Amino acid sequence: MPDIYLDNNATTKVDSAVVDVMIPYFTEQFGNPSSIHRFADGVAKAIKKARSQVQELIGAEHDSEIIFTSCGTESDSTAILSAIKAQPNRKEIITTSVEHPAVLALCENLEKEGYTIHRMPVDKCGRLNLEAYKNLLSDEVAIVSVMWANNETGTIFPVVEMAEMANAAGVMFHTDAVQAVGKIPMMLQDTKIDMLSISGHKLHAPKGIGVLYLRRGTRYRPLLRGGHQERGRRAGTENTASIVGLGKACELAIEHMEYENVQVKAMRDRLEQGITAAVPHCFITGDLNNRLPNTTDIAFEYIEGEAILMLLNKAGIAASSGSACTSGSLEPSHVMRAMDIPYTAAHGTIRFSFSRYNNMSEVDEVLKVMPSIVATLRKLSPYWDSVNNCPVADPEQAFQPTYA
Amino acid sequence: MWDYSDKVKDHFFNPKNAGAVAGANAIGEVGSISCGDALRLTLKVNDDTEVIEDAGFQTFGCGSAIASSSVLTEIIKGLTLDEALKVTNQDIASELDGLPPEKMHCSVMGREALQAAVANYRGEEWKDDHEEGALVCKCFAIDAVMIEEMVWANKLRTVEDVTNYTKAGGGCAACHEDIEAILEKVLKERGETFDPSAAPVAKPEPVVAKGPLTNLQRIKKIEEVIMSFRPQLMADGGDVELVEVVDKTAYVNMTGACNGCQMSAMTIAGIQQRLMEVMGEFIKVVPASQMPKLVTIEEASHA
Repeated sequence: MPDIYLDNNATTKVDSAVVDVMIPYFTEQFGNPSSIHRFADGVAKAIKKARSQVQELIGAEHDSEIIFTSCGTESDSTAILSAIKAQPNRKEIITTSVEHPAVLALCENLEKEGYTIHRMPVDKCGRLNLEAYKNLLSDEVAIVSVMWANNETGTIFPVVEMAEMANAAGVMFHTDAVQAVGKIPMMLQDTKIDMLSISGHKLHAPKGIGVLYLRRGTRYRPLLRGGHQERGRRAGTENTASIVGLGKACELAIEHMEYENVQVKAMRDRLEQGITAAVPHCFITGDLNNRLPNTTDIAFEYIEGEAILMLLNKAGIAASSGSACTSGSLEPSHVMRAMDIPYTAAHGTIRFSFSRYNNMSEVDEVLKVMPSIVATLRKLSPYWDSVNNCPVADPEQAFQPTYA
Repeated sequence: MWDYSDKVKDHFFNPKNAGAVAGANAIGEVGSISCGDALRLTLKVNDDTEVIEDAGFQTFGCGSAIASSSVLTEIIKGLTLDEALKVTNQDIASELDGLPPEKMHCSVMGREALQAAVANYRGEEWKDDHEEGALVCKCFAIDAVMIEEMVWANKLRTVEDVTNYTKAGGGCAACHEDIEAILEKVLKERGETFDPSAAPVAKPEPVVAKGPLTNLQRIKKIEEVIMSFRPQLMADGGDVELVEVVDKTAYVNMTGACNGCQMSAMTIAGIQQRLMEVMGEFIKVVPASQMPKLVTIEEASHA
């Protein structure tokens, strides 16, 4: 059996139809879209088409609200830095404790420059308290930046409602939607979302292409100046082939939206039901009733995530983990910590994220190997009683190592 | 992901001596669940000979933590306690054909579990002597705690100072922003402000040798230079000792926590550079493990 890829929240395979539409823009139509000759005459039109394809996927009112960038991170940085530059008197930013580092690390940096950062906590299911959010909104706040869906757990935040609340308080609203776009339907023209980030490689387009949606009329300051591209809002020669590819990927995402939410979801559900039925002492993290259809994040207690991934990899299965060791840091994932998942479980979280390229027989294959992988590692764990095949009584008490 | 050696993979996929030893009379428990690795080492020690007759491990941790535990039990089985205590984290890492810098702490955990188990057998209390911080310099595997301590202890003021005293930032230079942040923090606590253009504090200058030296003086001088590296190595649980000098080659033993395959090579290069500066002659520094054979004193003095 060929290797099974269940790490689609990290990145996705570029759809072959996307590759096909890109090729001519490397070979024949390689001209600069700003040029006036036959090497470029189709390029500007192709970019225009791609812009409308993106517009359609996210339900933007105007195609000029689509700004092509180099990645999701650039879109996030552009949005937040634009808001603070355009409103120099507002010195507060509202975000959440479970954002992607693209937002969190930027906010941490702005904190050093004197900004007050409100990182909203989440409950054990990863949900926000909207009452507390409402109390934070004021005319001191430059921007609210809240992710649409969490990359680790798939938990969806009520960004449409939160944008309404921000708008009512006169505060700009940005959402990092890199995990949500293409997986759940959206109609931005019916919302009060001012800015939204997209990353191409999360939806079967190539890496190195992103989008910032910028609602018409939103006060804006570019991150990159130096050219008229993107109507002067993002200078730099267009990444034409990737823009065309992203357009195609958006078109395909619309076509597969129902498949994603029915068949892909069914694969995910079967995997997590199968695992939780077969493996003792594991649980699904996040808001189970309000998640992306493709994501499940399962905490396997008393064992460590990187070790699980290595055994999965040996079995030809690709996934990812929130453990400290996979990133080389000293702490497990900040998302798990924010949800107050105990350390003995947080280090053992494994995220399986599906795409339309997966199938049910792959799910069966994972279900076949998962119980024995967990059992193998538990046999090695000081928190596990191998004789009785259960956790040692009161694990955190029974094993209290000297801190090293 | 990590570039693990085949030996690491082998010890992970086929761990040796997994599980607790029945009737163990020495138990060492170290690690930190918040950091995601913890190890319980159980030994069966012969009360008459102090020989470790059996060793078993239980590890909560990543691939290299499990591999380090496994290889540790293989190394120490059959050794006496005193022999086993000489096993360094470097030995563990070398036996695994090296570990990535971010993973060296796995081998440190192995060594510490061993120390804790021996202390447990002897009825002593074992205390961890160092705290681990977030890795700042990936070229030389220097963490934030060590940099902070050195900045405090030596009143360091600039990134250059930090590099001189800890090596951190002396490689690719990508961590200079993080080092500046540490300097800013410590200087603020000291009531000063960080000034990137401040004059660096004095380098830890060793005494410069003058005139022709006798063999004994020369070796003493070489040892003095090598000793000057010890504080910064020991600050992170490592150490270095001069084993032998043959002609223009100084053989050293790198031990302890702060050196792995790659880092130890860098450290050795640093020692060699300093030696040449001080001695005013070409001297090659080589790990003692590469010493061709035991050299007698007569041979050494004739060289």
